[in-house]
Amino acid sequence: MMALSFDLALAALLIVSALAAVAGRGLFRAVIFFIVYGVLVALAWARLGAVDVALAEAAIGAGLTGVLLLAAHGRLRREGLEADPGAGGQGFAAIGGAGVALALGWAWFALPEPATATRAALDSALPDAGVGNPVTAVLLNFRSFDTLLESIVLLAALVALWMLARDGAWRQRLGLPQHARPGGVLASFGRVLPPLGLLFGAFLVWSGADDNGGAFQGGTVLAASLLLAMMAGLYLPPRIGERLWQSALVLGPVVFIACGLVGALVWGGFLVLPPAYAKGVILAIETGLTISIAATLALLVIGPPEQAHNSGGAA
Amino acid sequence: MNGLDILALSASALVGLGIYGLLAARHLLRRVLAFNLVGSGLFLWFGAAGACGGVGVDPIPQALIITGIVVALAASALGVALVVAHARLSGPTLPEEAPCDPEPDSGS
Amino acid sequence: MARAIPKKPRRPLSAACGNSAGMAWGDIASIGFTAVGLVFFVAGTVGLIRFPDVFSRLHALTKADNLGLGFLALGLAFQAPGWTEIAMLAMVWALALVAAGTAAQMVARAALAEGEEDERP
Repeated sequence: MMALSFDLALAALLIVSALAAVAGRGLFRAVIFFIVYGVLVALAWARLGAVDVALAEAAIGAGLTGVLLLAAHGRLRREGLEADPGAGGQGFAAIGGAGVALALGWAWFALPEPATATRAALDSALPDAGVGNPVTAVLLNFRSFDTLLESIVLLAALVALWMLARDGAWRQRLGLPQHARPGGVLASFGRVLPPLGLLFGAFLVWSGADDNGGAFQGGTVLAASLLLAMMAGLYLPPRIGERLWQSALVLGPVVFIACGLVGALVWGGFLVLPPAYAKGVILAIETGLTISIAATLALLVIGPPEQAHNSGGAA
Repeated sequence: MNGLDILALSASALVGLGIYGLLAARHLLRRVLAFNLVGSGLFLWFGAAGACGGVGVDPIPQALIITGIVVALAASALGVALVVAHARLSGPTLPEEAPCDPEPDSGS
Repeated sequence: MARAIPKKPRRPLSAACGNSAGMAWGDIASIGFTAVGLVFFVAGTVGLIRFPDVFSRLHALTKADNLGLGFLALGLAFQAPGWTEIAMLAMVWALALVAAGTAAQMVARAALAEGEEDERP
């Protein structure tokens, strides 16, 4: 009974915050309610028992996406473009939305009994995976090819983002110049939090092996620490051509492909991990992946290089 | 009706709300927001379906959903950059959907 | 979730404080502190809705909500299985305090810069 009332309250909160995000007056209000919605979705994931997904949703879905949308709102506001022209064609949209919602609801009750064969196969293969957390085992061992392609997709998205810069801005620093006061509250916060973020991010990656956590969650915490340092004015965003950052961006896919090639040459197939070496290889892949994810996500949120406004020219 | 059903039905409602937002909102940034709503609603539905059989959520859908969340962020970042670039050139809405107010003078 | 290495079961602190049969004193402490925390959260929300301007709303939110979070963390500490979890709860509260304080400062400064008037009767 208690659990049911909690679920009902959570569902009501989810729908109300989503409604406020979609139909709220003003763009800023919509973005704020989207962040609230993201945190509630993380709560729903924790309720389901999928703690790794809850961590990822809270960090990426609510945190980084919220920062992204807020930064975009700020960019548009500087040029007077954030005025919300309202909605159009609401009737057609409402019919479409209601239709899809009803179809999904009907599909839920029409689902056949799930096949448990893959679950049993996974449980029997888990002790040979090299890690104790089944989600990490699936991500980095059983379906590691998907994760490799995902890291390359992230890189491709970043390059596509950079393509949107104007020609004159190509050599500037990424993102807009930040105006935090040097001794102010944000600067102090930006000094206190990133070391904790570094510790916690590394801990999340390490604990993802046998407990809840993982490379994506830890990499996101590291990216957020980096973003905070940049926003507090303590670290300048890089230029596109900086070698250190380019190496950090490609480190993950390169290590991943290298391990895959070792598997192809020595162990019988691309990305095959024999049980004896699985833990070591997964650790190597996770280290490279975390660094790349942190760099890529931070640069994705910072945005393309902007035209120099006053004195931000090439040094 | 147990907790899973409630979660799945609310996930369906979230997807519906997101699609409404995609179709009805004129400001392009709101459309990116609605796209994220659709994505997270679908992930919730998928995760609830994975929790149907056996104890706890199936790890394979969990891994796929984590991948999906990260890729959705990358797509949102690209979408946001496109929206900002488009807004600087032709305004924050698609040209055919801009609200038709009579302009006092036509600037270009 | 199937684990390769089973975790050692630990007794929750609430069972350690009092008899294991029936309601332990630790559980009563949890419920009491959580209720007090809820009262503070409600107070903060009422302040958010009812106060006239940005600065007083910030005041209500930062003070009442963070105190409510502290009581909530204290109530949860009685259900924690060990000292590691209690330390983590304390760290969560400390980080939330720092973050909320920073955010409130910056919101107030931005509101002041934009010309929000400090409404005194």
